[in-house]
Amino acid sequence: MAPSGSFPAGEEDVRIVLAHGGGGELTKALVERHILPRLSNPLLTPLTDAAVLPDPGGPVCFSTDSFVVQPLEFPGGDIGRLAVCGTVNDVAVMGADVLGLSLALVLEEGLPLATLDRILDSVAAACCEAGVPVVTGDTKVVERRRGDGMILTTAGVGRRRKGVELAPGAIRAGDRILVSGGLAEHGLAVLSAREGLGFETDLRSDAAPLNGLIRALLDSGPGLRFLRDPTRGGLAGLLADVSEETGLGVEIEEEALPLSAAARGACEMLGLDPLAVANEGKLVAVAAPEAASRLLAACRAHPLGSRAALVGVFTGADRPLVELLTRSGGRRIVQRPYGEDLPRIC
Amino acid sequence: MNSMRKEVAHLVRSLHRVVARSGPMSVMEVCGTHTVALFRSGVKAFLPEGLRLISGPGCPVCVTAQGYIDAAIALARRGDLTVATYGDMVRVPGREGSLEQLRAEGASVLVVYSVRDALRHAAANPDREVVFLAVGFETTAPATAAAVLEAESLGLSNFSVLSGHKRVMPAVEALLSAGDVPLEGFLLPGHVAVITGVEEFLPVAERFGKPAVVAGFEPEQMLRGLLRLAEGVAAHRPSVVNVYGVAVSRGGNTVARAHMERVFEPVDVEWRALGVIPQGGLGLRERWARFDAARRHRLAFGEDYDPPGCRCGEVIQGKAEPADCPHFARGCTPRRPIGPCMVSSEGTCAAWYKYGRDFRRLPPPALAAT
Repeated sequence: MAPSGSFPAGEEDVRIVLAHGGGGELTKALVERHILPRLSNPLLTPLTDAAVLPDPGGPVCFSTDSFVVQPLEFPGGDIGRLAVCGTVNDVAVMGADVLGLSLALVLEEGLPLATLDRILDSVAAACCEAGVPVVTGDTKVVERRRGDGMILTTAGVGRRRKGVELAPGAIRAGDRILVSGGLAEHGLAVLSAREGLGFETDLRSDAAPLNGLIRALLDSGPGLRFLRDPTRGGLAGLLADVSEETGLGVEIEEEALPLSAAARGACEMLGLDPLAVANEGKLVAVAAPEAASRLLAACRAHPLGSRAALVGVFTGADRPLVELLTRSGGRRIVQRPYGEDLPRIC
Repeated sequence: MNSMRKEVAHLVRSLHRVVARSGPMSVMEVCGTHTVALFRSGVKAFLPEGLRLISGPGCPVCVTAQGYIDAAIALARRGDLTVATYGDMVRVPGREGSLEQLRAEGASVLVVYSVRDALRHAAANPDREVVFLAVGFETTAPATAAAVLEAESLGLSNFSVLSGHKRVMPAVEALLSAGDVPLEGFLLPGHVAVITGVEEFLPVAERFGKPAVVAGFEPEQMLRGLLRLAEGVAAHRPSVVNVYGVAVSRGGNTVARAHMERVFEPVDVEWRALGVIPQGGLGLRERWARFDAARRHRLAFGEDYDPPGCRCGEVIQGKAEPADCPHFARGCTPRRPIGPCMVSSEGTCAAWYKYGRDFRRLPPPALAAT
């Protein structure tokens, strides 16, 4: 077990020390006092080496994602909420019911236990919203300055619904593009919370589990071709990918894009393109033309989709580009973002 | 149909008419904000072929001479101070890497959105010197001046600025005096004119006999500006017209100008590729020497140079288009820029990379009925 010599006695009750990851008394205490009370459920609580899930009776969807974000907490969310929503959404967009998550915590020595508690509370709340339990997990501690506070990894399994096969290959020219709500809110909220950036905004991260909304869309009937959530790279990155995967062109209408005045203003001030900013609780759905208005109505009837809009259409294969019809009636090409946009000077 | 589309359609038709009647013309949009806004709003697709728009030297990062970049990198390398900078600057390559690379190696480089954040950082960390890389035109210089004044009133001794501020008008004059690019008129940036006033730009008409129009950045504002400019060129009517409306007055923003004039004085300064432009920059007055990083650290700016093979120097003078450069979109991309015009989001090469590469594949947009 690694020594925690540099800390005075009692430090382990306030902050993470290396011994919390040593596998001994302190590890047991961490799990029993901080983790289990928040996340316990019949699949997790036996603390066996692996969780045993019931036979899903259909194809299994399986996904994993790691989460690093600075700061750990930001308006509207934190790393815990992101870790749950991110993986739930990745599994759910495959048309699957999400059955369970794993959660691995890599904690940095010195992390206040109060911070850990708040983030675990947030994990628990997001799991409750999604109706998906954490069924297995792990905890490690790394030395100071080696861990960015904390790094979370989640994996999720789900059972794909019968007869549902959502894939870019199913998309046809003429299909409509639906966006479930206001764009760019997550990325802007995280930027606003970053130390030293000092721009003030009421924007909050949109991080949310989308499995309920996706269930509502699938339940409403046929005609859904493809689902994806526009996280890093934003809507621009997603559409560029799908255009490339399908070989089809995409045309979107600037005027139809759901964008709050606050998000528009913040993007203008920072010189960012709202199409390229990350979202964590938005859905892009591709719908057969005849199903588009029904799916839009189903989306709007759900609390997470009340600002949904049909924003564009897949065009033919003759020009596989993403084009934006601007508010002024002009046209421009939307490129895949090439990394983090840098805020401009003037 | 929204009213903006109707207005835009009306302006586009008029612009086409004027250019068709007078024949081809070349005008310069001086500012990078206009370059980007023309693409981003889709207005570029509406412009008549006979109207050649040349991008000018109005991107702060792009016109910062290499000597300044190297001096900033040398400061960051010292290890005993923090270099605070706007995001655009961190990727500009110098002789020995970029600030971004230095930061990855552990140097203290702080990216800020405003000089106030740098000031706040200095106030919160009194034991560490913070040097702010003050670049930009008359749009950002007043904020730098205000920060220097605030640093004095707070009694901060660990805050200084490395002034790379530039003045727009002397650069326009330098281009006109050089006369090697055929420029028949200028689209001038509204946000600069808000500070300086229209007055600042009168010499374009009075000394050089060219028309100029001050315009904002909304689609209809840019089109109205280009229409007035094309009319001026067609009629050989040298005048400086303001279509930015009430935001721009003749004398500009007197409070901002007063700050600027209190802290800075016009100095001869090296611009990338344009050489030393008389009165083309803003240096701190003697009275504020203790806030001047160049004086505090006895910095001398080395010679300007273009990174090997890079044509940014010609691009910012309107002598070359991005696609004329052999590196464009090949060796030089926003992720791995060779020259500064590809780094800044307002750089001409970055704008062409993002919006212009497939531009000629777009069908002409349909005009709204009026």
